Amino acid sequence: MNQKRIRTVGELRALRTRLQAAQKPPRLVSVSAASCGRASGAMALAAALDEEIGRRGLEGSVELRLTGCHGLCQFEPNVVIFPEKIFYPNLVPEKVPWLVEETLVHGRIVPELAFRESSGSQIFPRLEDLPFLKKQVRWLLDRHLTLDPGRLESYLEHGGFMALEKVLSGISPEEVINLVQASGLRGRGGAGFPTGLKWRLARQAGQTEKYLICNGDEGDPGAYMDRGLLESNPFSIIEGMIIGGYAVGAALGFIYIRQEYPLAIERMSVALEKVREAGLLGKNILGSDFSFDLELIRGAGAFVSGEETALIASIEGRRAFPRQRPPFPVVRGLWGQPTVINNVETWANVPMIIEQGPSWFARMGTAHSKGTKIFSLVGKVRYTGLVEVPFGLTLREVIEEVGGGPEPGQRIKAVQTGGPSGGCLPASLFDLPLDYESLQKAGSIMGSGGMIVIDEATCIVDLILYFLRFAREESCGQCAPCRLGTARMVRILEKITRGEGRPEDLELLEKASWTMREASLCGLGRTAANPVLSALSYFRDELQRHVLDGECPAGVCRGLISYTIDKHRCGGCLLCLDACPAEAIEVADDGYPRIDQKLCTRCGACLTVCPADLSAVIKLNKKGAGAGEGSREE
Amino acid sequence: MTEKLETILASLPAERRYLILFLHLVQQELDYLPEEALRAAADYFAVPPAEVYGLVTFYSAFRLKPGCRHEVTVCQGTACHVRGAGELAAEFSRLLGVRPGDKNPEKGVALRTVNCLGCCALAPVVVVDGEYQGRVQVSKVPEIVKKLTGKK
Ligand SMILES: Cc1cc2nc3c(=O)[nH]c(=O)nc-3n(C[C@H](O)[C@H](O)[C@H](O)COP(=O)(O)O)c2cc1C
Ligand code: FES
Repeated sequence: MNQKRIRTVGELRALRTRLQAAQKPPRLVSVSAASCGRASGAMALAAALDEEIGRRGLEGSVELRLTGCHGLCQFEPNVVIFPEKIFYPNLVPEKVPWLVEETLVHGRIVPELAFRESSGSQIFPRLEDLPFLKKQVRWLLDRHLTLDPGRLESYLEHGGFMALEKVLSGISPEEVINLVQASGLRGRGGAGFPTGLKWRLARQAGQTEKYLICNGDEGDPGAYMDRGLLESNPFSIIEGMIIGGYAVGAALGFIYIRQEYPLAIERMSVALEKVREAGLLGKNILGSDFSFDLELIRGAGAFVSGEETALIASIEGRRAFPRQRPPFPVVRGLWGQPTVINNVETWANVPMIIEQGPSWFARMGTAHSKGTKIFSLVGKVRYTGLVEVPFGLTLREVIEEVGGGPEPGQRIKAVQTGGPSGGCLPASLFDLPLDYESLQKAGSIMGSGGMIVIDEATCIVDLILYFLRFAREESCGQCAPCRLGTARMVRILEKITRGEGRPEDLELLEKASWTMREASLCGLGRTAANPVLSALSYFRDELQRHVLDGECPAGVCRGLISYTIDKHRCGGCLLCLDACPAEAIEVADDGYPRIDQKLCTRCGACLTVCPADLSAVIKLNKKGAGAGEGSREE
Repeated sequence: MTEKLETILASLPAERRYLILFLHLVQQELDYLPEEALRAAADYFAVPPAEVYGLVTFYSAFRLKPGCRHEVTVCQGTACHVRGAGELAAEFSRLLGVRPGDKNPEKGVALRTVNCLGCCALAPVVVVDGEYQGRVQVSKVPEIVKKLTGKK
């Protein structure tokens, strides 16, 4: 439908009222179709539903809607059926006729398709029954259940642009800033800077060209909150930015999205077009004398471009090199002009604050961290996905109650927060409340919301090596502490994983870390050592076992593990011989396979193929040292 | 090719900030960035050629050589890493006979790694010719490879 230009606040209100009052089919089937849904077959599922609904002639009474990310990514593809909010996880197209017959025709729940915990027989058919939703407060995510991210009308039906309407009906820019400041909203991109204060500083720059930026670079690997928001509700981000433009006195803004998110780019680009068509972006918005427009910028793949000054350089068409701050972007940003840069989730929170008021917002959270925060809860936890919780919940509540605790048979060892700039917090600290200050005090950071749970099968040395390699690759190379420091640390850590570590190496790591923290140019270098420092304070024992005892307790570091074949258990099937990619297994004179420790690359292929009832391949979490080839008893 | 480049250039103002967009559009059209495109960009946007080259090599999205018929991307983000993405990449590398970041012209397959595709809940994630696959186990790799190199 081509949207007519909305010329006044009154017209906007009338259109919304009309859309909300319009007759709708009594049932809604919402298919979660953001990137993770699509990767799991959401489109095939939607096609099957569409066909079956048509075949049964239910078009008039059932609406099928492709929505964004519901956060229940572990259960993709899934549907939620309204009005009852029946939840069917991991739904395959073959089950569709059954679902349509039972639920859509007869209004009955299909217990076999409902969620149940792996251990139990109890079913949880409705969304509100789901154990992992109990502690969540889904101010942002809940809208994703029903919003069609491709239609402005859908956003309006959900109360969209009410905040803008309110603002343009007579709230002054200063008052808008007061509201944002009073809400206690802090930046969701990592540093937690008070958003209202940032806006005020830009406002105070007076009558000059100013810009806004939405930071959608989301470089933290393992985190995808912003993708979820961009793909599922691009409109609220746009609305937040229009309000921001009004408040600080900017006429142009940029939405920068990393190029690895093609669907987010597509949806944002469609949304911008629709909002512009409706006259909510452009000249004299809703008949006021306020004009504002937004441009979409596609990133080009560089982690450091998420840093604000680097992002600015990238928008200007240069390499994403960070520069010294101050001056901060609010003083000198894009093309030297005052620029407000905020994270995607920060912008998405703005309309809600204006609409519901700062005290409504501030009632959730802790003394200094207000509202809710979306986390990407992933790794070795039972239920992975996007979760939205109030600040102040403990790590334990999030990991054990929302995340469902460890995977069967495992024990959770730690949680990594803040990505390459953060640290690993051990399970003994899981009573820490989630807020900016507590995590920082404990030696990690909240970051943008990445929360990667690791269990006993994850090696800390391997993990910090992973982050340091990442930092080395992504370092822009301008300053020596970061460029050389990351390379040096990678070399030391590689040595340790090869089993050649020495006790002094831990001190070297610590020294290099402090140098980088003190002397690097930008946040990347200054924080790149955080994973190492947190590991040294919480997992020193594990590091020491690597360098002192030649042992990798998690059995991950290839230089510190070995495989042998116990011939007393071996059935002689020789599956391992075929599976070995290094041709390190040969048949010895006694007819049993034997692993040549020199050729073995410790890939574990032999262990994988060895029949479980025999378990003749034995993995040792220690160096091979010729460990009794053939059989340990010999 | 010159014609295509000119059409793209004509659609953009001659301001430096459109340089990256120009490179994106050319690569979308031609699959890679030929030298001619870099020179044209340097001319049009009045930026030294060396700087255009610096830009192209700084950002991982751009490539100076054509891609391959088939492309396998293995995510190496943190969530994927702790769920065995390293072994996954090694297995693809072994079976395709190509190192990550490289290609095998004989088989027409390129192998890439990236830092997070934003589908971390489905880790480890692999993209095969544009199709995302989640929870990929090492034991499934031979099948994926067979399907890929078998198809024309
Ligand atoms: C190396 C580095 C990477 C960063 N990456 C991001 C990012 O991907 N997304 C983001 O919003 N902020 C990122 N930041 C933080 C930004 O510099 C900036 O503080 C933030 O966008 C401000 O928005 P906020 O106040 O709403 O959080 C990064 C910072 C550093 C030092
Ligand atoms: S870490 Fe692999 S998709 Fe995010």
